[in-house]
Amino acid sequence: MENLLITILLTSIPILLAGLGELVTEKSGVLNLGVEGMMLCGAVAALGSVLIFGNPYIGILFGAIAGILISTVFSFFTITLMTNQVATGLGLTIFATALTGLIGEPFVGKTAASLPKLEIIFLSDIPYIGKVLFSNDILVYFAIFLIFFIHFGFQNTKIGIIIRAVGDNHDSAHSIGYSVKLVRWISTSFGGMCAGMGGAYIPLALTPHWSEGMTAGKGWIALALVVFASWMPIRLLIGALIFGGITILQFVAQARGWDVPSQFLNMLPYLATILALALISFRLRHNNYAPACLGKHFLGNK
Amino acid sequence: MYKNFLKIITFLSILVSPFLYTSAYAKTKVGFVYLTTPGDHGWTYAHELGKQMVKKEFGNDVEISIVENVPEGPDATRVIRELAKQGNQIIFTTSFGYMEPTLKVAKEFPNVKFEHMTGYKRTKNVATGNIRFYEGRYVQGVVAGLMTKTNKIGYIGAYPISEVIMGINAFAQGLRSVNKKATISVIWANTWYDPVKEADAAKVHIAEGADILAQHTDSPAMLQIAEKNGALGFGQSTDMGAFAPKAQLFASVNNWGPYYIKKIKQLKDGKWNTGDGPDHWAGNTWGGLSTNMLTLSSFSNMPSDVAKKAQEAHDGIKSGKLKIFAGPLKTNDGKEIIGAGKTLDDGALWGMNYYLEGVTGKVPK
Repeated sequence: MENLLITILLTSIPILLAGLGELVTEKSGVLNLGVEGMMLCGAVAALGSVLIFGNPYIGILFGAIAGILISTVFSFFTITLMTNQVATGLGLTIFATALTGLIGEPFVGKTAASLPKLEIIFLSDIPYIGKVLFSNDILVYFAIFLIFFIHFGFQNTKIGIIIRAVGDNHDSAHSIGYSVKLVRWISTSFGGMCAGMGGAYIPLALTPHWSEGMTAGKGWIALALVVFASWMPIRLLIGALIFGGITILQFVAQARGWDVPSQFLNMLPYLATILALALISFRLRHNNYAPACLGKHFLGNK
Repeated sequence: MYKNFLKIITFLSILVSPFLYTSAYAKTKVGFVYLTTPGDHGWTYAHELGKQMVKKEFGNDVEISIVENVPEGPDATRVIRELAKQGNQIIFTTSFGYMEPTLKVAKEFPNVKFEHMTGYKRTKNVATGNIRFYEGRYVQGVVAGLMTKTNKIGYIGAYPISEVIMGINAFAQGLRSVNKKATISVIWANTWYDPVKEADAAKVHIAEGADILAQHTDSPAMLQIAEKNGALGFGQSTDMGAFAPKAQLFASVNNWGPYYIKKIKQLKDGKWNTGDGPDHWAGNTWGGLSTNMLTLSSFSNMPSDVAKKAQEAHDGIKSGKLKIFAGPLKTNDGKEIIGAGKTLDDGALWGMNYYLEGVTGKVPK
């Protein structure tokens, strides 16, 4: 049981990291559909750098940098040149899928070092939950820290409130003197960094390989989760765990010989998303959590 | 003047035509279609090794073109057609999913020979070649039965098709020949190659108590997860010992080279044929341990008495003394397939849609 819980937690980390990044990006009013592509860039950069330098921590760094770089391309097009965000985001994913396939070609079949587990003394000895929660690699702790960091940041810090202001009403934010474009550039880069790290997590912890398109739709799930979580970091954690849980559950069901078609279990996370979205929009018809300026261009310049 | 020019040309061409003919004969153009990039392990790499043997055997007498990363489906049709257009005389399509595309293009190019690996549909110019992968899996079952402590074997399958199911059943036969208590549970990955999914499936198997893992998917991910978690397992298609030196017991190795060489030789001698027999299976080239199309990598991470048992099983299958699917055979829900004294024939193997005793669960519909 413990092992299963650990597996579920680890499986949800890439989605969680990428989702947290996208949440911040969207809070500033930018809809970046390129999460999948940014994750792939992070994955290939992480694996490549680990193969070269031999240290998995370097992999995290390179994954993050790759995510930032590719998101900068997106920012340049959508924020500076004001291209359509949806089209640019989709284009980014398609471009990154092919690009990473090309870059990753020499890495196929090579094995990279994995992130070591860091046991927290005393805490990891707590029965049942100790092994699950306190005997993980650094990115797990980082992701959990990030949830609270972002939650707290949006509620209680000036920077968080500025990002929200820019996302909810960019004209007002502009009129009281904030640089809308700068805030959006930074938020998008943060999103890119998180997606890059989420992607990096796959070869660094889940399976020490590169294979083309190895994120296998995790970026899209992260995007859906942000909406599912109605832009709240803690709900995002719950959503990511549900997705991770179901991913693993379909294998458990098979291993135990439960008489459920695996295709049905494959479908469940998406069904859950649709139901959740329907429920949320029903309940919150008058109080939409989506940033009001999400996906809108800021035309005023300073 | 033009008349003279024509004369000279005609004369010259008559003069050189025998040489043209011989050089065209000598240099056979051979095409290969690969599912992925060869890398250094697994299914396509095994074909790549076969191709290298062809190169070694024929040297400059063959001109080889390869197309990598060809998805199964309409793209494959386009690629195979292109290879045929470029004048390749024999084209090897090296994955099951190329069956329909191969047949389609073969119709358009009746003078080109097509070799579809692991398929079963043949026409005048389409031959098939396949390996009895299940023979290696019987030996795996023997080793698993002797090595397991938890009596739980985790098996990762790609798709529930007869090819994979006969492998699981052969494994079960080997397992039960030495250990009646052990059972196999199967997880279908629904993909041939996806290291992330294969790793997830392996983790779940281990979490569920399996200590020996077997796979009918392509990446070394399963073995690496086994290595990390102190479990043991078997490599697929090529020796994967380098990925998991402490976890790999042995690997079933696909050896395509001799088949490729045989067929190219046939073509050069004008004797190429599809080997078609009275039914789908009889004429098919379906070689196993006895023809060296399947070999086993060296036994490791096991005590010598287990290795000895494994070698005995290997030798028995190779010599034909050991019949893997000899009766009495029962499905895992108690139905009798055949009684004592009978053996399943090849056709019955390709019709397998049930698990034999020793496997848990049901075959997905």
